[in-house]
This record gives sequence, structure tokens and C-alpha cells, in this order.
Amino acid sequence: MNHALTLITFIPIAGMVLILFCPDAMKNLIKWIAVAATVPQLAIAWWLYENFDTTTTAIQFAEKHPWIEHYNITYFMGVDGISIAMVLLTALICVVSVFASFNIEKAPKGYFALLLLLDTGMMGVFVSLDFFLFYIFWEVMLLPMYFLIGIWGGPRREYAAIKFFLYTLFGSVLMLLAMIGLYYYSSTPTFDMTVLARNAGNYTMNFQLYAWIALFIGFAIKIPAFPFHTWLPDAHVEAPTAISVILAGVLLKMGTYGILRVNFAILPAASHQLSWIFLGVLGTVNIVYGAMCAMAQTDYKKLIAYSSISHMGYVMLGMAAFDSQGINGAVLQMFNHGTITAMLFILVGVIYDRAHHREIAGFGGLAQQMPIYAGFTAFAFFAGLGLPAMSAFISEVLVLSGSWQPHPILTIFAAGTAILTAGYLLWTYQRIYLGPLNEKYKNFTDMNFREIGMLVPLAIIVLILGVYPQAILSLLGTSLDHLNQIVLSTPAAAAAIAMVR
Amino acid sequence: MDLGNLASIAFFLPELLLVFGVLALIVLDLMLPRKGVLADVALIFAAGSLLLIALEPAQAATGAWMFHRMLISDAFAIFFRALIALAVVIAVWMSIGSLEVEHCDQGEYYAILLASAFAMFLMAESANLLMAYLSLEFVSLTSYILTGFLRHNRRSQEAALKYLIYGGVASGTMIYGMSWIFGITGSMDFVAINKALFAGGQAPALAVYIALVLILAGMGYKVASVPFHMWAPDVYTGAPIPITTFLAIGSKAAGFSLLVRFFFPAISHLTASGNWEALQGVDWPQLLLVVCIITMTLGNLAALQQTNMKRLLAYSSIAQAGYALMGFVVLSNDGIRAMLFYLFAYYLMDAGAFLVVMIVANETGSEDVEAYKGLAWRGGLVPAIALAIFLFSLTGIPLTIGFIGKFYLFAAVIRGQFYILALIGIMNSVVSLYYYLKPIRKMFLEQPVGDEPAFEMEAWNYSLMGVLATATIGLGLYWTPIIAFANRSLHFFSGA
Repeated sequence: MNHALTLITFIPIAGMVLILFCPDAMKNLIKWIAVAATVPQLAIAWWLYENFDTTTTAIQFAEKHPWIEHYNITYFMGVDGISIAMVLLTALICVVSVFASFNIEKAPKGYFALLLLLDTGMMGVFVSLDFFLFYIFWEVMLLPMYFLIGIWGGPRREYAAIKFFLYTLFGSVLMLLAMIGLYYYSSTPTFDMTVLARNAGNYTMNFQLYAWIALFIGFAIKIPAFPFHTWLPDAHVEAPTAISVILAGVLLKMGTYGILRVNFAILPAASHQLSWIFLGVLGTVNIVYGAMCAMAQTDYKKLIAYSSISHMGYVMLGMAAFDSQGINGAVLQMFNHGTITAMLFILVGVIYDRAHHREIAGFGGLAQQMPIYAGFTAFAFFAGLGLPAMSAFISEVLVLSGSWQPHPILTIFAAGTAILTAGYLLWTYQRIYLGPLNEKYKNFTDMNFREIGMLVPLAIIVLILGVYPQAILSLLGTSLDHLNQIVLSTPAAAAAIAMVR
Repeated sequence: MDLGNLASIAFFLPELLLVFGVLALIVLDLMLPRKGVLADVALIFAAGSLLLIALEPAQAATGAWMFHRMLISDAFAIFFRALIALAVVIAVWMSIGSLEVEHCDQGEYYAILLASAFAMFLMAESANLLMAYLSLEFVSLTSYILTGFLRHNRRSQEAALKYLIYGGVASGTMIYGMSWIFGITGSMDFVAINKALFAGGQAPALAVYIALVLILAGMGYKVASVPFHMWAPDVYTGAPIPITTFLAIGSKAAGFSLLVRFFFPAISHLTASGNWEALQGVDWPQLLLVVCIITMTLGNLAALQQTNMKRLLAYSSIAQAGYALMGFVVLSNDGIRAMLFYLFAYYLMDAGAFLVVMIVANETGSEDVEAYKGLAWRGGLVPAIALAIFLFSLTGIPLTIGFIGKFYLFAAVIRGQFYILALIGIMNSVVSLYYYLKPIRKMFLEQPVGDEPAFEMEAWNYSLMGVLATATIGLGLYWTPIIAFANRSLHFFSGA
């Protein structure tokens, strides 16, 4: 398996090509090709998980070939503790989202082809270690996403799709500039991220600060960090269920992953100076503001979207702590957020498929009519508000305890928001599932086998990681602690700044 | 090497072939009863000249004077001759598949098209101001006629008239500037001008500056840079689409060849580090920097409001010229290389976009963005995907050659430490996405109303579209041959 990473990235492309050669009429064949293209991915991801050496910070399963020799651009793939969890998550969510797409009626051929292209783009981002390659995958993802929202989305899909595209393109072109700046900074220009990271000591502070901010904006738009978050609720509301699952499950993680991989590793000194405000403060704003917005929503899906923004804030806060608990908690939270919000969006999709609207006020008493559905929702909501024995509890506690030492005030705000979170989730549960049943929905059927089948594996993972978080944490620790050491070895932020926080 | 008239011919075969083509077309037009063959003849001559350029002797790239220092043969000229030959092949191919051109006088049309290409070849090879002016005027005259070729179309007529008037003013200004240069340096020859300006060190800076500004009018007019861009939207909209394409790519490339040839080897000085130095006290790079920024910004902003595809692409091509100029103003070989690469990329994607516009116009008779509504859902999926590829490439989204072109441009700009320019350029790319998405949105995101006619495949146009789309993507994945070609072409012959 010398080519495990190439395989895991490009198997979906093979599926896409097969689908394009399928006749339009064979809708079922198309769907099962999509399954056949994503399941092997999950198998390879599992194989990677089993064979991953948790004791080293080195790049594993590396593949490196020259691509454009004249400009020293290489095809360089590999994983370490920062990316392995994301590879797992991507493979998992992609399988789930293919099943979540089975009820797509409009032009399934185009839909599944684009979905698989999106899959390749996401996986490529997490495994590529050449900045140029990374950027290509990063951008390639935009196109299928634009069409998936724009063609298969809700009534305001065109607006949502173009907003998503413009926002992310704006961020990524800034990243492009920083990338070129980094490329020309070294004496032998290179895009190799490991070499760029090794040269970290050579960059002047000024260059680091500008490049850091440019990169941060690019990544923050994906997270999305306040104030770049406004595209997300629109995109979620208009996107079909499976695309929301991917958006929340994988796409948002690219932002925080990029910050770890590029900002932290390549520009440690600037990270040390700027993280407290750009990650710590903005992360806390995300948590509090996201929760407050969620509380005010009348649309079920928009509520989940804002709750997703709020939970991504914990990732940012944890990253800003620069201690072992904070950063490990942050990456674990990335994984947990992926599984839990995926569940939540699937659950929203279940009711939307039946009622064709998502107005919270329009429901009521669904628990009587759809007990299994209400049960799964209760499970996902409790996972979302961080109930002990569920995965998000561990990661949020790690984040909060990690950031208590460096950022006590921010931590108080972040921890206090747990009450808001519990508030809006329970209130929503009450309005939709409890109380008297709305007569209109008397003939609703409960969840079918496919819908349950998507949720069960995710729920099991949530439970396992709630009691045995080591399953993921053991992968991360070595690399993340090493990354922390690199950042901490640079001069700390000025005393005046230290006092403010 | 200073070649005489007869010896020069060995390096002049592609041009001669075009001239033979023009003559053959005129004669055949008189003799043949069926005019349909003429287009094929033109295609053979155009493709032949492209082939001859590929087969040029190695010496042609090392460099030589031709026809007693009237023309230059060097690697740089070969690059642009190849581009221009490519443009004329594309234009003839498109003309054959165009319904607009079908009713024109075939013989004259193709003869003038080939003559125009011949003139562009001369532009790329000019060794002195006189040749530069004559060839530029030659190109302009043929372009006026081609623009107005749809004699019964009022827009076409109006466009030709506007083109003529603007062109007259621009070239008049330019020749006035050239006379200043002649007065200052006592020479018309580019190499001699360079010697006179740099050797003595006594050139009056202000006079040179004024002369350069005046000359810029003529050359800026050819590449459609602000403030000499005003003709472009009307001419692009009014002309038959194959001619629009020919002007947008061929004429622009020829303009760039002259611009580089004059502003770099003629009036600047190459340092050992691969950077160019402008004449002391003559700050034309600053001026061009402003022109570049305004050109791309204005082009992009004006394009936002367009509802006609040809007009939209016209403003887009103004903006694209602005991007290419970024490679110009950084005054480095890096920049020129990036610019050459970008021009090639621009060729593929812009020609491709115009080709799809022509296919749609053939089918629906309309060039409005509205005509693209639901195109992908009523049998036009293939042209819709192709147009999307070309437009994404024009925006600079990866997996396309347009992204690689932009990447090289921004790399050169950042390496030259023009950070503000880089920021403005990159923001322009984001803005441009909005209008490039407009037809894409219409084609894919909107459903057809139902009364539009179904789309039919036609092998002739689709084959060219396929080639261009494949090249746009293929060369976006592996572009070493093109960048190597651009790299080889960075050689200006100066008589040494």
C-alpha cells in the first residue's frame, strides 16, 4: 500500500468517470456506483488508522513525485497526527452523505458526479503536503459545491451558491498571495510544507504577520469565524441535506485544519503573537454569538447552522491555548463536531422530506407520531449540548480546561455559553417534538431503514468517543504537542498584550 | 546576422505562404463557381503557416536581421508569430462554422483575414519605428474592413466606423510620438535608439517621456488598455463573432508583441539579475502601473452590468489585458515570461468562450445572456460545460490554464515586491467571478421555460470546442511545455 493516499483521494474520481458514462435512466446504478466509490475510501481510511504510528511526528504514508520541475512543484502527499483524524472523518462523512443523497430525483447523474468530485477535493486537502497541490484541491472543491447548492438547493439557492463562491474565493486568493510570498522567501523556492515549516526561523516578523493574516482570512472564511460567517447560514438553508452534512461535517474543518497546518506550522512566531486575538477572542465571539443567533432562529436548519458556528468556536479557542489539552481538545472537537452536526443535519432533512418546510413554530408533538425520530433527535441534541458520556463533552472539557490557564476570561464566557446551548436545544426540542401533535402531521411515517442506517454508525462513534476518546486522541497527541512546542519556542506576545487578556 | 533580401526569405516562409494564400484566394474567387471551397483553401494556408513556424530553422530563434534591418527574427518574434498563426487558424475555422459569415463574399473575407494575419506577423517582427507604424496601420485597416463586413447589419457598420475613428486618432498620436523619438535619438531603429538613449546619458528626460506617452496611445489602442479601450465593446459586439475572436486574441497579441519589443529591448536596459531598468528620470513604468490597475478594474466593473455576451466578453478582455500588463510593469524577465504564458492561456479560454457564444448564436440567433437560460437542461449540456470551463479559466480557478497563468503573473508581481498591485489584481479576480458566473448560473441553475428550441450537435464547431476545452484543462494540469516555450522566447535579438 505505497499508494494508499493517492488511492483514497482519487477513487471517487474513478467513480465519477464511471457515472458519467452511465446512461441517464439507470438511476439506481448511478447511486450504487457512488457507494462503491466511497466505501473503499472508508476501508483505506480504516487501514491507515490501524497502521498509523502514533509515536512519531514524522510524515507517514508519504508519496512524493516531481510534477512541474521547472518551478519545484511536487505531488507530495502524506499524513501525520494533524491530518489523520480528518482523513477518517472525511471518509466517514462522504459515505454517509452518499446514502443521504439517495432520494435525489433531479438529474442524479450530475449530482453524484459532482459529489464525488467534491469528495476528492476534500480528501486531497487533508493529505497534500505541497502547498500548491493543497491550494488546487482547496479550490477544486468550490466548483462542485457551487453547483450542488445552486442546482439542487432550495428556493434561494442561486443567491446562497454565489455568496458561498464569492466569499471563499475572496479568502483563497489571499491565501494564494501568501503562498507565493512563502514560495519566494526561501533561497531555493519551494512549496513543500515540511520544508517551509523547517525554514520558519528565517521569515522576518513583519512578513510573518502579513502572511499570517492573509492566510487566516482565507481559513477563517471556511471555519467560518465571526465576522466572515454570514455565508454559512444561507448556504446551509438552501443546500440539500447531504450537502449540508458535508458542509458542516468536513468543509468547515478545512479552515481550522489549514490554520494548524499552515499558520501554526509554517508561521509559528506570528501564531504565537496573534492567536490570542484571532483565534481566542474571535473563537469566543463565535461561541457566544453563534449560540445567541441560534436561539433567535425560526428555521430549524438555520438554527443548527448557527449552533454549528458556535461549536466551531471551541476549536478556535482550544487552538489558541497552546497547551496539550487545548490543542488536542480542539482537534478532537473538530472530529466530534463533524459527527454530531452531520447527525443534526440528517435529522433536519428527515423532517423536511416529510413536511417540506422547516418552520420550528409549525411543528409540535412529533414525538407521538415519530418516536424513533424523536429519540435520535434527543440523542443528537444531548450530544450537541455536551452531555457527559458523549463525545463532545470530552473535547469541550479539554478545550475549556486547556484555555483556562492562558485565557481565563474568555474561558468563562465560553463555558457560560453551555447554558445558552442547552437552552436553545431544549427549547427547540420542546417546540418540535413535545406538546400536542399538529393535526396536519398525523400521517407522517417514522424514519425508514436508510435514515436509521445513516444515524446509527454516527451515534455509535459519538458514544465510543464519549467513553474512550483515546481512540482518536492517541493519533493526535505526538504531532500536536510537537506543534505546540514549535510555537511556544518563539517569543511570546508583548507584556502589554498579555495583560489585556 | 544581417540578412539581405534573398537570404531573409528562408526565415520569412510562413509570411510568404500567407501572402500566397491571399493571392490564391483572390484568383480562385474569380475562377471557381462554388465559393464554399475558398474557406477550406484559407484554412489550409493558415494551418500551413502555423506548421512552417513550427519547422523554422533553429537559426531563426537565435536571431537575425531580415531585409536590411527592417525586420527581426528571434525567439520572441517566433512566439508571437505562432500565437498569431494560431489565432488565424481559429478564426478561419470559426468562420466556416458561423452562420453570420456564410452570406458574406467568401473570397474577399478570407483574403483580408489572411492579409490581416500577415500584417500582425510583421508587427511582431518589426525592427524599427517605421516598420512598427506601417504594420500596425496595416493591421488596423484590415480590421476596420473585417469589422464592417456584415454590410447589412447596422451595428457592424457603426462598429467599423467607431473603430476607424478611434484608430485614426490613436495611430496619429503614435506617429507624432515616434517623430519625437526620431528627433531625440536621430534613429528609427530599435537597437540604435537604445544605444542613443543609454550611451550618451544626455537624453532629455521630459521629451522622452512625452514621446513615450504619445506612442503608448497607439499601442494601448491595439491591446485595448484604458483609456484607449472605448472602441472595444462596440467593435466586439458589432463584428461577426469569428472576427471578434480574431481581434480579441490575435490583434491583442500583436499589440503586446510590439509593446514589449518597444518598451523593453528598445528603450530599457537589461541588468544581470534579469530585471529591466527604465531610462533614468523617465518614469514610464509608473504610468503603465496606473494604466494597468485602471484597465483591469474598469474592465471588470463595467462587465458586471452587461447583458450581452459579446459585450461582457469585450469588457472581460479589457480586464484580461490589464492582468497581462501586470507582467509588464514589474520590469523583469519573470514578468514578461508570465505575460507570454498568460497570453497563451488567454488565447485558449477567450477563443473558447467566443466559440460557444457563436454556437449558441447559430442555434438561437441571440447573443444575450438571457438566451443561455437553462441551456444545460435542453440538450446543450456539452457547450454549457465547455463555456463553464472557459469562464472558470478566465476567472482563474485551478485545474485550468487560466489559473496557472494568473499564478505566474502574481508570482512575478510578488517577487518584484509590488504588493499593492498584487492585492488589487487578486481582488479584481474575485470581482470578475461575479460576472463570469452570470452565464453559468443561467445555463445550469435556471430551468428552461420550455419554448426554446432544442440544441443540436454540429461536428465542425464542437470539434474545435473540444480541442480548446481539453487544452484549457490539460495544460492546467501539466503546463511544462508551455512555460518552457515562454522561457525560450525570452530572447530579444540586438545584433550581437
